Amino acid sequence: MSNIAVRVENIGKEYNIFKENIKYATLRDKIVNTIKSPMKMLLNPAGSNKFWALRHVSFEIEHGQVMGIIGKNGAGKSTLLKILSRVAEPTEGYAEIRGRVGSLLEVGTGFHPELTGRENIYLNGAILGMKRAEIDRKFDEIVAFSEIGKFLDTPVKRYSSGMYMRLAFAVSAHLEPEVLVVDEVLAVGDAEFQRKCLGKMSDVASEGRTVLFVSHNMSAIQRLTSECIVLDNGQMIMRAPTAKAVDYYLTHDFESGGEHRYTPDEIPNSAAPFKPIAVRVKTAKGITTDNQLSTEPITVEVEYELTADITGLRVGIYLFTSRGEFIFTSFDTDDIAKYNHYRVRKAGHYISRCVIPADMLNEGRFVIGMNASSYMVKRYFGDERALNFNVNSTGAPGMQWVEVRNGPVRPRLDWEIKEA
Amino acid sequence: MVRIYDESKIKVMTTTAIETKKKIDVVTIRPSKGWVGLHLRDIWLYRELVYFLTWRDLKVRYKQSVLGVLWAILKPFLSMVVFSVLFGKLAKLPSDGIPYPLFYFVGNLPWDLFSTSLSVASKSMVTSSNMVSKIYFPRLIIPLSSVMASVVDFLISFVILIGLMIFYKYAPTIGVLWLPVLILLALVTALGVGFWTSALMVRYRDFNYILPFVTQLWLFITPVLYSAKVIPQKWLWLYSLNPMTGVIESFRHCLLGTDFSISPLLMVISILISILMFISGLFYFRRMEREFADMI
Repeated sequence: MSNIAVRVENIGKEYNIFKENIKYATLRDKIVNTIKSPMKMLLNPAGSNKFWALRHVSFEIEHGQVMGIIGKNGAGKSTLLKILSRVAEPTEGYAEIRGRVGSLLEVGTGFHPELTGRENIYLNGAILGMKRAEIDRKFDEIVAFSEIGKFLDTPVKRYSSGMYMRLAFAVSAHLEPEVLVVDEVLAVGDAEFQRKCLGKMSDVASEGRTVLFVSHNMSAIQRLTSECIVLDNGQMIMRAPTAKAVDYYLTHDFESGGEHRYTPDEIPNSAAPFKPIAVRVKTAKGITTDNQLSTEPITVEVEYELTADITGLRVGIYLFTSRGEFIFTSFDTDDIAKYNHYRVRKAGHYISRCVIPADMLNEGRFVIGMNASSYMVKRYFGDERALNFNVNSTGAPGMQWVEVRNGPVRPRLDWEIKEA
Repeated sequence: MVRIYDESKIKVMTTTAIETKKKIDVVTIRPSKGWVGLHLRDIWLYRELVYFLTWRDLKVRYKQSVLGVLWAILKPFLSMVVFSVLFGKLAKLPSDGIPYPLFYFVGNLPWDLFSTSLSVASKSMVTSSNMVSKIYFPRLIIPLSSVMASVVDFLISFVILIGLMIFYKYAPTIGVLWLPVLILLALVTALGVGFWTSALMVRYRDFNYILPFVTQLWLFITPVLYSAKVIPQKWLWLYSLNPMTGVIESFRHCLLGTDFSISPLLMVISILISILMFISGLFYFRRMEREFADMI
């Protein structure tokens, strides 16, 4: 038999925009529409506002391979995973998976708050497709992994959220699927929990199972995957070794000129009341351009509008190399005085501005990500590749030698040379 | 790039995987066109899930109530007392010469099974939306298992019936052996309607409001509160087409020895209606299943 674990051929998924927005039609609408145009309802009951969330996607994944899937919001990543985990049915195409599909996006699904930890292990296990004997066999292991100990017979509604997550994760993690699907975009929980997810994922991968990993976190993608698929607008743009795919994803199709203005279709409804307007980089002279000098300070601006007051809002930037390596994260209320002053940020039009000091970055292309969130409350908006810009190192320290300096930063350090 | 895939090859792979009892099954994913098969084997594979979901429903239902399972006994008992006073004593509805409490209870037992089954089955898809939108399993499991918990309630309140029959000194006839079949018929009827309504409710939440009303009307065209003998002869054929009429009349006939007022032919027709409803409901549910995750 072949060594292919997942084969996807020409998969496509069509959604109806009407359905998406209104969620469910009322019978009244249906009746009214049927009376208005009976033929149309018979011939095309779903209406004509359709769009393809995914189309013409074909690939094969070998057994034991860890495949990354990257793409912007709405590129079709989650749709692809939903199809592969059989939650949603494709509109066209064909896929074949050898073995059980497990997914870390369904953690805790079917947990009932009134039931005890013990009861939920059995219930959740059965929902995930485990046989009772299988759960019996793994029961002790699950309990040990979840560290709930003496709370095993307490209703899970009395659990702390951490315990709840640990237990839910423990059950999912012991499903031992042949193919594991991880959607980090949808993964909830704290950083600790997400780390646990990623840890489990690399365990699974090292056991020789097949993993499909969707993430916006390029460093996780680079650490865990060897090959990636890039999706854009429901189409598969490329399949390449991770380094190449990440570079393409981060630098391709960017707005140039040092500014990214957000169009309405880039802003999900869930972002409200935060409405991003633009992210831009400026030179010391105040010129917006994507060509910056490493020897001069670089101003980064995030312009946005709040349609309502937000408590605890922090707007910040990430800086990455074009290979997706994290350089730093910084928020506009990092400073404790500012944090106290902007405890509640009133509705209005704002610009959050910061300056990357001179003599900090090395030459090359850099990517700025933007994020607006209230810590532990809500992530209003995030764009991990809001903008990219080029840094020219003319006049930077060490330019007398024509050589490539490794590393994303090139600080001007104050060296002292002494005879000892 | 469209590659025509070789169906015969995949079939062979699937069957060999099953035949050799290898752990690795090949899952094929493709759009289902038109009316699809029922895939009853899938449901069989997930039979333990039916058990666990039923068990969850029962546990949760009685977990935070002081009287717990006693409610399954108290509820029908109290309604019997109320209805006996209202309809038996005050309105003096005919009860074929049987003491009204007993008459009512025997009729209400299968009716309760039917109406609660129908109600929970109809809502089941919507209430399990978080499971449906995240995990794959045969969706038919949801309405099926939701009904099982009401069967357990039925069995519990059956205990009161035994008590009542002893109290009123009524001995069941040999026909009591038919009871399992009658219970099954009530369930098939409830599930038949329930498959339709649960799938429809995913799309049209209106059924949430329509259904209690319809169930209420249905009660009035079923001989629960009164005897079927009050129905004029010329309308009896229509009245008998209601499958629940047959179930309840048979229940009384088997347990209390009352006359069977509907013709066997009509009873058979009503059973066929139930079965037709059940099978069409199954297929309709399967037909809509592919949209559930997108709609819910």
